[in-house]
Amino acid sequence: MTNVYVAAIEAIGEAMIRNKEYLTDLDAAIGDADHGINMVRGFEAVRGKLGALPPEADLATVLKTVAMTLISTVGGASGPLYGTAFLRAAAVAQGKSAVDGATAVSLFMAAVNGIKERGKATRGEKTMLDALEPAYEAFAAGVGDNKPLPDCLELACAAAERGIEYTKTIVATKGRASYLGERSLGHQDPGATSSYILLKALNDFCRRRPAEEA
Amino acid sequence: MKKIINSPEQVVEEMLQGVALAHPQYVKRLEGFNVLVRAGAPSPKVALVSGGGSGHEPTHGGFVGKGMLDGAVAGAVFTSPTPDQVFEAVKAVNGGKGVLLVIKNYTGDVLNFEMAGEMAAAEGIEVEKVVVDDDVAVENSTWTTGRRGIAGTLFVHKIAGAKAEAGGSLAEVKRVAEKVIANVRSMGMALSPCTVPAAGKPSFTLAEDEVEIGMGIHGEPGTHREALRPADEIVAHLMDKILADNPVAAGDEVAVMVNGLGGTPLMELYVVNRKVAEILGAKGAAIAKTYVGNLMTSLEMAGFSITVLKLDREIKELLLAPADTPAFVQF
Repeated sequence: MTNVYVAAIEAIGEAMIRNKEYLTDLDAAIGDADHGINMVRGFEAVRGKLGALPPEADLATVLKTVAMTLISTVGGASGPLYGTAFLRAAAVAQGKSAVDGATAVSLFMAAVNGIKERGKATRGEKTMLDALEPAYEAFAAGVGDNKPLPDCLELACAAAERGIEYTKTIVATKGRASYLGERSLGHQDPGATSSYILLKALNDFCRRRPAEEA
Repeated sequence: MKKIINSPEQVVEEMLQGVALAHPQYVKRLEGFNVLVRAGAPSPKVALVSGGGSGHEPTHGGFVGKGMLDGAVAGAVFTSPTPDQVFEAVKAVNGGKGVLLVIKNYTGDVLNFEMAGEMAAAEGIEVEKVVVDDDVAVENSTWTTGRRGIAGTLFVHKIAGAKAEAGGSLAEVKRVAEKVIANVRSMGMALSPCTVPAAGKPSFTLAEDEVEIGMGIHGEPGTHREALRPADEIVAHLMDKILADNPVAAGDEVAVMVNGLGGTPLMELYVVNRKVAEILGAKGAAIAKTYVGNLMTSLEMAGFSITVLKLDREIKELLLAPADTPAFVQF
C-alpha cells in the first residue's frame, strides 16, 4: 500500500518539475532566475528521502522529512522558508493519526506563521505570503462552514490564484525583487506562484483520491 | 550556452575539487560538504566564515587563508548555501574563541546563515554575524530588504580577518567588521549578461549599445538602462552615487577597489581606475591603497563595480596588514 502522505508530496514534486522553467522565467524578470531550478532540486531530493521511509510513516514524519530535506537542498530564501513551513506543520501533526478539519487548519496556520516569522514578512510585500495567507483564510473559512476538506482546498487554491494575480499589481518590498522598486510592478511573484502550484498540486491530488485527507 | 563544464549539476562540486587540488597549502575541502576551510583549521583565534552562491569566484573560497577567512561555504550558482553546510563550516573552524559570520545582504543568505547560527548556538558555539550592504544602487529604506552586499564584502573579510589574526576577541572583530560596513560603498554596471549553467540561457539581455547601471552580482536588474557612454562618464555617474551616500572631504583617506565582474579585461578596469583616482583627487582625498582585479565576479558578466572605503587609523592598519590566501596575497 502506498503511503498517502508520501504520494501527496510526490504529486507536489511532479508539479514543481512541470513548472520548473515557468518559475525560473518569472524569477528571471525580477530576481535571479533560479527559483524553479532550486525548487526542483529540493523536491527531487525529497522524493529520494521519502522513498527511504517505512510505508507506515505518519504525517509528522513525512512533513519533517520534507522540511529537513528542503532546508538542506534548496538554498536561496525558499529553502529556509518552505522548510520552516513544513517543520512547523510537522510539529502540529505530531501524534495525530488522522487529519480532521481542525487539525488541517492548525497545520496550515502553523506553516504560514512559520514563513512570516522566518522571513519577517507580512502580506502585501510581493512574496509567497500573498498567495498563502489568503489561501489559509479561505481554507479556514471553509472548514468553519463545515464544508468537506477537498472543497476547502479548492477555495484555498482559488484564493491563492487571486493572490498571484494581486502580486502583479504591487511593488516588492521584501526579497530580491525589492531591489527593483517600481520596476517590479506588473510582474508576478515567483515565490507566490510556487506556493500556488503547491496548493494546486495538493488539490488535484485530493480530487483524484476523494474522501482521503487534505 | 557555451561553457567549459562537464554538466551543470557538477559545476560547483568539480570546481571545489579543483580549488582544493590547486591550493592544498591554503585550504582543505570539508569531506562531504561544499565547504573550504583553512588547511590548519581550527586555530585558536576568532574564526571568520563567509559564503554565498557560487559564481563569484574567487569569492569566497579564494580568500580562505591567513589574515582573511577561515571557512567559505559554496552554494549552488547564485544560490545561498543551506544552513547545514554553513553549520558544518562553523564547527570545523571554531577554535573556541567564537565565529563571525560575514553575510551579504540577500534574503536567502541572511535566512540560511541565521538558521546555521541558531544551530551552532544550540551546540554551545559562540556565533556573531554581520551583514554587508555596500551597494548604493539600491535604495535603503525600512520598506525594502535594504542595500545589497557586493564587492565591498572583500574589505570586511580583509579587515575583520586581520583583526582576528591579531588576536582580537569576537566582539572586537565584529566591531571592526561593522565599522567597515558603515564606511564602505559600492556601485556597479554591466555591459553583458551571464548565464547560470543550470538555466542554460542568459538571465537578461542587453542591446549591443545598451548598459545596465546599478547591476547586482547575480544578474539582478539594476537601477536603469542607458546607452553606452565613454568610461569617464560612466565612472563619474557611479562615483556621484557612491560619494552622495558617503561623502569624502579634503584630507580623508580612502581605499579603492575597481572590481571586474568576470568578463571585463583588466585594461578596461585600469581605465576606470584612472578616472576614480582623478575624482577622489579632485575632492582632496588621499588614496591609501587601490585594488584592481576580478575579485567579486558574476560568472562571465562584462562590467565592473567601484568600491570606496573611508579609512581611519585602525581600519587602515588592518587593511594594510599581511594576508596570504589563494586569491589575495599582501606582504
